[in-house]
Amino acid sequence: MSLLRLTGLSASYGKSQALFDVNMQLEQGEVLALMGRNGMGKSTTIRCLFGLLPTGGGQLEFDGHNLARLAPHKIARLGLGLVPEGRRCFSTLTVQENLRVAARSGPWDMASVSALFPRLAERKQQYAASLSGGEQQMLAIGRALMTNPRLLVLDEATEGLAPLVRQEIWKAISKVKAEGHMSIILVDKSLKELSKIADRAVILQRGKSVWNGAMGDLPADIASRYLGV
Amino acid sequence: MKRETMINAALLLAMIAVPLWAYYAGKPFTITLATKVAILALAGVGLNIALGIGGLVSFGHAAFFGLGGYTMGILASHAQSYSPLFNWPFLFEGSQNMLMIWGVTILVSALAGLIIGLLALRTSGVYFIMLSLAFGQMLYYFAISWPAYGGEDGLSIYVRNGFPGLNTLDPIQFFAICFALLLLALFFTHRLMNSPFGLALNAARQSPLRAATVGVGVFRLRLVALIISAIITGLAGALYADLNRFISPTMLSWQTSGEIMVFVILGGVGRLMGPLAGAALFIILEQVLGPISEYWHIYLGAMLLLVVLFARGGIIGSLAKRDAAHE
Repeated sequence: MSLLRLTGLSASYGKSQALFDVNMQLEQGEVLALMGRNGMGKSTTIRCLFGLLPTGGGQLEFDGHNLARLAPHKIARLGLGLVPEGRRCFSTLTVQENLRVAARSGPWDMASVSALFPRLAERKQQYAASLSGGEQQMLAIGRALMTNPRLLVLDEATEGLAPLVRQEIWKAISKVKAEGHMSIILVDKSLKELSKIADRAVILQRGKSVWNGAMGDLPADIASRYLGV
Repeated sequence: MKRETMINAALLLAMIAVPLWAYYAGKPFTITLATKVAILALAGVGLNIALGIGGLVSFGHAAFFGLGGYTMGILASHAQSYSPLFNWPFLFEGSQNMLMIWGVTILVSALAGLIIGLLALRTSGVYFIMLSLAFGQMLYYFAISWPAYGGEDGLSIYVRNGFPGLNTLDPIQFFAICFALLLLALFFTHRLMNSPFGLALNAARQSPLRAATVGVGVFRLRLVALIISAIITGLAGALYADLNRFISPTMLSWQTSGEIMVFVILGGVGRLMGPLAGAALFIILEQVLGPISEYWHIYLGAMLLLVVLFARGGIIGSLAKRDAAHE
């Protein structure tokens, strides 16, 4: 059975419908790239997944649980971890407190997160507001890891960061993948980076999933038509 | 040592030194003033948990303060007249034992916090402020119109309640009781701020949705915080009634809610010792400016304006400079 299954998902912001028919599924330990141009419904799909936007129709199943009617904190407790777009750390908490606030027991703890991001360990007494953009991104990833999720979702994790920092983040994501067990959904625009790490890909076009398959099988013409690369 | 820690220590030392000096100098009124500071600070410590850490702008904390006062007044007045509160389903008699009164106060405040929280926490922002105010006013008018315990005139208790092994009529001993409770509440708040519960409460103040996506159940969290806050403010109310040996609906009025909020904001919202600094300043101003003009509140208002406009960290925040990015 798949860990996550979205079937015919639709959703609207008020009167304007954003998702029409999104289908995808994800197995345990798999990395899925969710791609598409701006405004095609990637972030909306993520919002539905985490209960931040009510679904209009279709099914949203995680490990046999129906997510459609659950409150956001209950979804998180089922084992979904979100690294939100635009980082969004708790700025009035220190680095260490940001990590502790959400901690649940499991392989990811203060020590393993510090090993993944040594910079966070160096700055653990600083307020999150005083960190650089890249460090805040690391902290957002660390915070999600500390909840020991079974599915980690990274929404535009490298957007707006300097190339060197982006590399650092991608390296960390690869390391998380190499640990096994954890499934990951990556929302990003960089096909080059995604193709190195993702096992499968889903492409969204105007609120519909238009391509679904192994990352290596993504034909060049599909990529250029829907992603513009 | 961080600067804020030093300021906190200095404040606590002053709270011990001033009454001790007054004791040896034979100035019981100064001890009473210090007691009042300790009690009002305790009420502020309660509000600070909801307002400072949780961001819940409760404009109805007088409800808990007054409930604590009335709990004391009702229990003590029944004890004075030797008439039980009720006979059924079990015999419940009044009491003039502080420990007993505090126990009942904790139960009553917690229950009030639960009920008010269950209803008011469904809203946020200005609606929460208005709902908390509405509950406070409901209790206020209820107390005015309920003649059994004095109604509008209030109720006097002739003898201060007792504490096992102490003479509570001795100002310094009563001060010690109040100060000990304040210390206990401050220690508890300090622990709470650094616990996962406190961190989650702080996180939820910034963004309830973001906190929810890391698994924080925001409604329950805030409800528990409001109940804890209500208990501490309720205890302060019971002590305040004991200090004056008098209760009246004024304790439940929105002016009282406002005053408790002023202590917290003057001292520093979300700062551990903020309420103590605020309450101390309030009493000092009242004593210094009160004799000059009966409209001394205008100076307090000006001060509040300055703090809100230019020193959002309050007294503690301005003295400690930048230790915390709390504002």
